[in-house]
Amino acid sequence: MASNVLVWIEQEDGQADPIAWQAMAAASKVAGDLDGSLTAVVFGDQVADIARQAIEAGADRVYTTEDASLVRYRVEPYAKLLARILENEPPSVILAGASTAGLELTAYVAALTDAGLAPDCTDLHIEGDQLVAVRPALVGNLVSRVKFTGTGHRIITVRRNVFQPAYGDESRTGEAVDIPAEQAEDEIPTRVESVETADGKVSLTEASIIVSGGRGVGGPEGFQPVRELADALGGALGASRAAVDAGWIPYVHQVGQTGKTVQPDLYIACGISGAIQHLAGMKNARVIVAINKDADVPLYKYAHYGIAGDLFSYLPAIVEEVRKRLGR
Amino acid sequence: MNIIALVKQTPDTAQLSAAMDGMRLSAEGGPRIVNPWDEYTLETAIQTREEHGGKVTALCLGPPEAADALKTALAMGVDEAILVSDPVMADSDCLTSARILVAAIRRIGAFDLIVGGRAAIDGNTAATAVQIAALLGVPLVSYVADLKSLDPSARTITAVRLLERARETVTSRLPALITVVKEINEPRYPSLIGIRKAARASIPVWKCEDLGLDASAVGAGASKVAWQAELPPIREANVEMIDGGPEDAARILVDRLIEEKVI
Ligand SMILES: Cc1cc2nc3c(=O)[nH]c(=O)nc-3n(C[C@H](O)[C@H](O)[C@H](O)COP(=O)(O)OP(=O)(O)OC[C@H]3O[C@@H](n4cnc5c(N)ncnc54)[C@H](O)[C@@H]3O)c2cc1C
Ligand SMILES: Nc1ncnc2c1ncn2[C@@H]1O[C@H](COP(=O)(O)O)[C@@H](O)[C@H]1O
Repeated sequence: MASNVLVWIEQEDGQADPIAWQAMAAASKVAGDLDGSLTAVVFGDQVADIARQAIEAGADRVYTTEDASLVRYRVEPYAKLLARILENEPPSVILAGASTAGLELTAYVAALTDAGLAPDCTDLHIEGDQLVAVRPALVGNLVSRVKFTGTGHRIITVRRNVFQPAYGDESRTGEAVDIPAEQAEDEIPTRVESVETADGKVSLTEASIIVSGGRGVGGPEGFQPVRELADALGGALGASRAAVDAGWIPYVHQVGQTGKTVQPDLYIACGISGAIQHLAGMKNARVIVAINKDADVPLYKYAHYGIAGDLFSYLPAIVEEVRKRLGR
Repeated sequence: MNIIALVKQTPDTAQLSAAMDGMRLSAEGGPRIVNPWDEYTLETAIQTREEHGGKVTALCLGPPEAADALKTALAMGVDEAILVSDPVMADSDCLTSARILVAAIRRIGAFDLIVGGRAAIDGNTAATAVQIAALLGVPLVSYVADLKSLDPSARTITAVRLLERARETVTSRLPALITVVKEINEPRYPSLIGIRKAARASIPVWKCEDLGLDASAVGAGASKVAWQAELPPIREANVEMIDGGPEDAARILVDRLIEEKVI
């Protein structure tokens, strides 16, 4: 049976989060498979540009709501608005990126609309006439295949950097529909007092290159060559829990089961053994490089390239080579 | 302050080994712990009570053995623990679990603050606590890394949320539900006295009829998704070891990374 697809386009300051176009790519595939139309949904205070981009990226229609109360994502006004929109739609598939906001928004909306929910998925396909969502569970030690059993909406978020967005097509046209906000500011129970952004730094979850250090760096100063390689590659700095727990580097850098799950194109692990809890956060990186003075650590089972040696002698040489070859 | 701490019991992933894969670990009778994220849940709830007085009730939905997680909660210092457990509740999805927990919260009675964790490491849906807030209609403040202030008389809280690209300071009215992340505190170890007290405690078990829920409203039949778990595909070890001194290895590595189009 044909089924329409809606995709939430996450944005901040009039700029779409790249994960939104990844969700859009997944949505286009599902809409094609289910022979349905594709509608983008954008909330904010000025979102005309993003609405246009959504059409170029494949939307047949865009629902936009512009309101001062929506300038920054907050769960209640966003979820109540999206739930109201869904009330007026036939049972559909709803997609969003599995960002912190996307996970929260979709869970809340699923509760308001009595919908099935499959969060943080890495694959979507049709089996027979059923949509199946594939998601890692138990920190990557299980793969769970989720089927929707009800007749209502099916809500899915997709893990960052799994689906590849296609290039937009500027000649595409689509319908834009304005929808009023659902809550007035004084009905919203939370207020954002201040926002502190980590300016200029590449965020770990969005980075396409990550260089991480573990217990093998030996101390806070040991992160210096690791950081230099991250900077030379324009990547983000990661760490194992051992390094974080030792107080050598702040928790925001931790990769793994109790840190961040990342899926970069390139992950370079320096002085990290590859414990199962660390692997849980990074083993899906496209290319993994392990630098470890031990020639037999678990990480080599997952790594594509390995260097068995002292990170303090190899990293400076790699930094130099990168600068030379990439002209940085 | 009446505080409710939402605590799940999960498989103990530290026990994973060559002999214990994800399927064996999850199977009935496998090693279990308090969901690692909910250690922060418990610590947050206990610290809030220590500062503002009142009572902490730990609430867990799970099989009978999940009572062990509540014993840990009691040993850490919660005042009361309630296990919601009924065979017909097995295989509930997160929304159905949220509905069951909401029924239990209503039975517990008035609350000022509900604390949950970022996610449970088994299902990793990061949804149940969020859905509890949605169903109760109380404000939700998620990913809290710092509970900056809580004013019981003005009935407000101010918290710092840890987001992907920012730290956001938010004020909410109470009652509210918060979910916490690791940065918020350092969970305490159960004290010896706590462990002894917990060993003697009897933990009430609430079933469907105690919550006014019909058996048809819980479990797989009431859920909107069904899932099947399997082991992830085994990766062949096909690492290419790069030999040579630093300069040679660096050159070969950078060659490879350029060929792979990742730099
Ligand atoms: C519930 C739970 C949750 C956890 N969550 C996480 C998580 O989110 N993230 C995480 O990372 N861990 C997590 N852990 C911890 C995990 O089990 C490991 O303890 C941790 O990942 C080990 O970090 P490491 O690889 O840096 O240290 P180690 O295992 O000690 O490895 C250090 C490596 O450095 C190498 N080395 C030493 N000196 C040098 C040198 N000069 N040059 C090159 N190599 C060198 C050594 O050969 C060794 O292989 C968790 C554990 C538990 C129980
Ligand atoms: N069965 C449960 N019993 C009690 N609390 C739960 C249960 N499941 C989830 N929670 C709470 O919801 C949070 C998020 O869990 P989840 O949505 O399962 O990832 C957990 O950290 C707990 O605080």
